[in-house]
Amino acid sequence: MIELALVLATPFATAILLALFGHRRGAAEINSAGSLLTLVAAAALTIHIISDGPMTVYDEQFFVDPLNVFLIALTALVGFTTSLFSGPYMRVEHDHGRLSSARLRLYHSMFQMFMCTMLTALSTNNLGILWVAMEAATLTTVLLVSLYRTPASLEAAWKYFILCGVGIAQALFGTILIYFAAERVLGQSGALLWTHLDAVKSHLEPTVLSLAFVFLFVGYGTKTGLVPLHNWLADAHAEGPTPVSAVLSGLLLNVALYAIIRCKVLVDGALNTHFAGNMMMAFGLLTVVVPAFYLSRQKDVKRLFGYSSIEHMGLITFAFGMGGVASFAGLLHMTVHSLTKSAIFFAVGHAAQMAGTQIIDDIRGLVKMSPTIGWGLMLGSLAILGMPPFGVFTSEFMILTTSIKHYPWATPILLTALGVAFASMFHKVQGMVFGEPTVRPLAHNPALLPVFLHLGLVLMLGLWIPPYLAEWYRQAARLIG
Amino acid sequence: MNFYALFAQLLELAVALVLAPILNGWINQCRAWLQNRSAPPLLQTYYTLSKLFHKDVLLAHNASTLFRAAPYIIFSCMALSCAIVPTLSTDLIFSPAADAIALVGLFALARVFIALAGMDVGTSFGSLGSRREMLIGFLAEPALLMVFFTTSLISQSTSLSTIVETLAHREFAIYPSLAFAGVAFTMVSLAENARVPIDNPATHLELTMIHEAMILEYSGRHLALIEWASCLKLFAYSCIGIALFFPFGIPEAAQPAALALAAIILILKLTVGGFLLALIETLSAKMRIFRAPEFLGTAFLLAVLAMLVHLLLEAGQ
Amino acid sequence: MIPTFLHAIPLSSQVINLCAALMLLLAFAMLAQRRVLTLINLFMMQGFVLFVSTLIVALTTNQHELLVSAGITLVLKVIALPLILHRLIRKLSVKWDIETLLNIPTTMLIGIALVIVAFNVAQPISQLSGTITRATIGIALACVLLAFLMMITRSKAVPQVIAFLAMENGLFFAATSATYGMPMVVELGIALDAMVGMVIGGVFFFHIRQQFDSLDIRQMERVKEG
Repeated sequence: MIELALVLATPFATAILLALFGHRRGAAEINSAGSLLTLVAAAALTIHIISDGPMTVYDEQFFVDPLNVFLIALTALVGFTTSLFSGPYMRVEHDHGRLSSARLRLYHSMFQMFMCTMLTALSTNNLGILWVAMEAATLTTVLLVSLYRTPASLEAAWKYFILCGVGIAQALFGTILIYFAAERVLGQSGALLWTHLDAVKSHLEPTVLSLAFVFLFVGYGTKTGLVPLHNWLADAHAEGPTPVSAVLSGLLLNVALYAIIRCKVLVDGALNTHFAGNMMMAFGLLTVVVPAFYLSRQKDVKRLFGYSSIEHMGLITFAFGMGGVASFAGLLHMTVHSLTKSAIFFAVGHAAQMAGTQIIDDIRGLVKMSPTIGWGLMLGSLAILGMPPFGVFTSEFMILTTSIKHYPWATPILLTALGVAFASMFHKVQGMVFGEPTVRPLAHNPALLPVFLHLGLVLMLGLWIPPYLAEWYRQAARLIG
Repeated sequence: MNFYALFAQLLELAVALVLAPILNGWINQCRAWLQNRSAPPLLQTYYTLSKLFHKDVLLAHNASTLFRAAPYIIFSCMALSCAIVPTLSTDLIFSPAADAIALVGLFALARVFIALAGMDVGTSFGSLGSRREMLIGFLAEPALLMVFFTTSLISQSTSLSTIVETLAHREFAIYPSLAFAGVAFTMVSLAENARVPIDNPATHLELTMIHEAMILEYSGRHLALIEWASCLKLFAYSCIGIALFFPFGIPEAAQPAALALAAIILILKLTVGGFLLALIETLSAKMRIFRAPEFLGTAFLLAVLAMLVHLLLEAGQ
Repeated sequence: MIPTFLHAIPLSSQVINLCAALMLLLAFAMLAQRRVLTLINLFMMQGFVLFVSTLIVALTTNQHELLVSAGITLVLKVIALPLILHRLIRKLSVKWDIETLLNIPTTMLIGIALVIVAFNVAQPISQLSGTITRATIGIALACVLLAFLMMITRSKAVPQVIAFLAMENGLFFAATSATYGMPMVVELGIALDAMVGMVIGGVFFFHIRQQFDSLDIRQMERVKEG
C-alpha cells in the first residue's frame, strides 16, 4: 500500500519540485533521482504483489494485479533510464540554443507529470479515473511535443492534440456506456470500478457492452496509434525532443493498449463471443501492414522509428486479439519492444545531435566517429527487426506460431509485412551506421548506459526468460484470457 | 348529410374570404408603425381590390386562354385550401375529402398556374419571376411536407381534422419536435408568401422581385383576383400555423355558440400572428436570391430533425 | 383513438427532452455557422442548455453533486470559456469568417446522416435504460458526432477548439441526462480537462501566430533579396 503511494506520489512531488527549480543546475539529477525512487517503489510493489497476490487499496479506487504491476515496473524502469539519457541530451540541446532555461524547466516538470499520469492510469481501478489520466497524459505530452516551438513541432502537437482529443472523447462515450450498463446491475456506487465490473461481467448487457467496446477501442486505439488513426504518431515522434519520443513509443502506447485490454476482459465476459478479439485482430493486422509500406518512404530517422512503433503496436494488438498463448507473447513483445525502441531512440537522439539533423541521408558513418552509438543503433535495429537472439525474435516467433495454429490465413500477411519492414529499415540503418562519416563527435559524453542496459535485457529475454518472470507473464496472460 | 358540418364549412369559407384582406391590411399597418411611417387604413386592401374590379382588363396581344383562366384557378385553389384548414371547427364537410398532402398539392397547383401564366406573355420579367418562384417552391414544398409528416406521426393520421383534434385536445406535454417543426414552418411560410427575407411584397425592384414579376402583365379584375388569392394564401398559412402549433380554442362540441367563440379566438390569434410577422419582416433584411436555397435548406433540415426527434424522443415511450 | 403520448412522463423529463432537442439544434446551428463570433455565442447557448438540464436532473433526483457540476457548467462553459474565446479572437483579430473544407450544405447533409446513424446505434441502448430520459443518449451521441464532423471540416484552430468543447458538451450531456449522473470525480475531470485543453489551445494560438508572423516576415525579406 505504501509502495503504491510512493509510486504515484514520487513523480508528482518531483514534478512540482521541478516546476519550481527545473531551470537550475542539477535539475536533470533531481529528475533522475525522482525516477530512481519511483523505480525502487515500483520494484517493492512488484515484490509485494508477487508474494501476496492482487490488492485493492484506497477505498477500492486503486487496484494492482500481476497484469498492471508488470506494466508499472516496466514504465518505472524505462522512465528511469530515459531520465538518465535526457540529462546529457538536454544539456546539448540547451548549449545549442534550441531550448531556453524556462523550456528546460517545463520539460523536466512535464516529464515527471507525464510519468505520474501514466502510472495513475495503470494502477487505477476506476474506469473514469483511467480516462482522466489518459487525457491528462495527452495534455502533458502535447506540451512536451511542442517544446521546441518550431512551426513543425507546433503543427505536430496540434495534430496530436486534435486527433487524440477526438479519440479520447470517443473513449469517454464508451466509458459512459459501460456505466450505463453497469448501473442496472451494480447501482450508483461502484459502477465504474473495474473489480466490481469484473465480478458481475456476465450479467452486463451484451449490446451495450459491445457498443461501448467499439467506442473505447476507437478512443484508446487512437492513442495506441492503430491505423487509420495513426497520423499523429509519426509527427509527434519526429518533432518532439528525443527523450519524449522514447517514452511515447516505449510507454504511452503500452498504457493505451493496457486500457483496451482491461475493457476487452469485461466485454468478453459479457458477450461470451470473440467479438472484441476479432476487432483487435482486424485492426492489429491492418496496423502491421500499412506502416510497413510507409517505412521505405521515410526521410526523417525519428519518423522511421515512429512508423516502426505503429507496426509493433499492431502486432501486439493482433496478439492480444488472438488471446490464449498469444497473450503471453503479446506481453513479452510489449516488454521487449519498449526496451528496444527506447534504446534505439536514445542512440538516434545522439546520432541526430552529432549530425545536426534528423534527415537519414545526412547521417552517415556513425560507427567511425562514435562506435558505441553506431553499434547501439545497429544492434537495436537488428533487435527490433526480429533478429535472433534478441527477445523480439522470441515474441514474434510465438505470435507467428500461434497464428499458424489458429489463424493460418493471417500468417503470410504478417510475414510479408515483417519482411518489407526488414528490407526498408535495414537498408536505411546500414547507411547511417557505416559509410563515409558526415557527423561530428559530441561535446559531452553521451549517456549510453541506458542503451546497452536495455539491449542487454532484450538479449537476455531472447535467450532465457527467468522462471519467475515467465510465471508472472503467465499469470498476467491468464487475466487477459 | 351533416347540416352542422355544412354550416361550419360555409362559415369558415366566408370568414376566410372576408378576413384575408383585413389580415393583409393589419400586417401593413403594423409594419408601418414599426417603421415609423404613417399607417394605411385597415381596409386599404379592400379599397385596392374594389378599384381594380372597376377597371377594365387590358390583355397582351399574344395572351392565351391560360393567361385568362389562371387568376380564377388560383383564386379557387386558395379559397379551397382556406376551407379545408380546420380553424373554427374540426367537423367540416370537406375534411374527409382532402388531407394534408392534398393541401400541399393545392398550393402546388396554384403555383404551377401562376408560373405558367407568368411565362405566357413571353416578357423577360415574367419568365424570370416564374423561374425564381419554381426554385423556391421546389425547395419549400419538401420542407412543408416534412412538417406535415411530423404532425401526422404525432397524431397518426394525415387528415387535417384528426391532426388538429389530437393536437388541440391532448393533455399538456412538451413536444420538442413540434418546436422544430414550428420554426421550419415559419421559414417556409415566409418564403411561400413572398415575405421579407426571401421577397419583398412592397417592391417592384427588377433584380430582386419574385412574386411581383410574374403578375406584371395582369390588370383589372384579374389582378384583383390574384391579389385576393395571395391574401388568402397568407391567411391559409397563418391558419395552418395556428391549427398545428397553437390549436387551443378550437371547439369540440357542435354548437353555434362555440363557433362564435372560436371565431373570436381566431381573430385574436391572427392579430397577434400578424403583428409577429410584421415584426419579423421589420427586423430582418432581405437576402440575396442565391441565399434562398440555403434558407430553405435550413427549413428542410429543421423539419427532418423534427421528425427524427419525434421518432427518438416521443415515439414508443 | 388518441395514440400513446407523452402524458405519463413527468414534466421534468419533458423539459430534459426539450433540452436534448435544443442541444441537437444548436449542434446543427454550429455546424452551419460561418462567423466565429456567432459560433462562440452558440457554444455559450449550448452550455446554458446543458446547465439547465443538469440542474433539472439534480433537483429531481436530489443528487447534490450534480448541483455542483451544474454550477461548474455554468461558470466554465457559459461564462469563462466564451469570455476567454472572445478575448482570444480579439487579440488575434481573426474575427469573421470560418474556412470550411466542405461546403456547408454538404456538411449539413452528412450531419443528418450522422444523426440517423446515431439514433439507430442508440436505439437498442435506449430500450434497456432504466431512466425515463433514456432516449437522450441517442441525441448526446448525435451531438458528439456532429461536433466531430465540425472538427474535421474546419481548417482554423479556433473553430476546431470550439468543436472540441462542443464534443465535451455532448459527452457531458450523456453523462448527466441520459444516465442521471455519473460519479462526481469523472465530471470534475472532464471540466478540468476542458479547461486545461483550452489554456493549451490559447498558448497555441499565440505561438502559432508568432511563428507564422515571423515566418511571413522572413518570406518578405527573401522576396526583397530576390
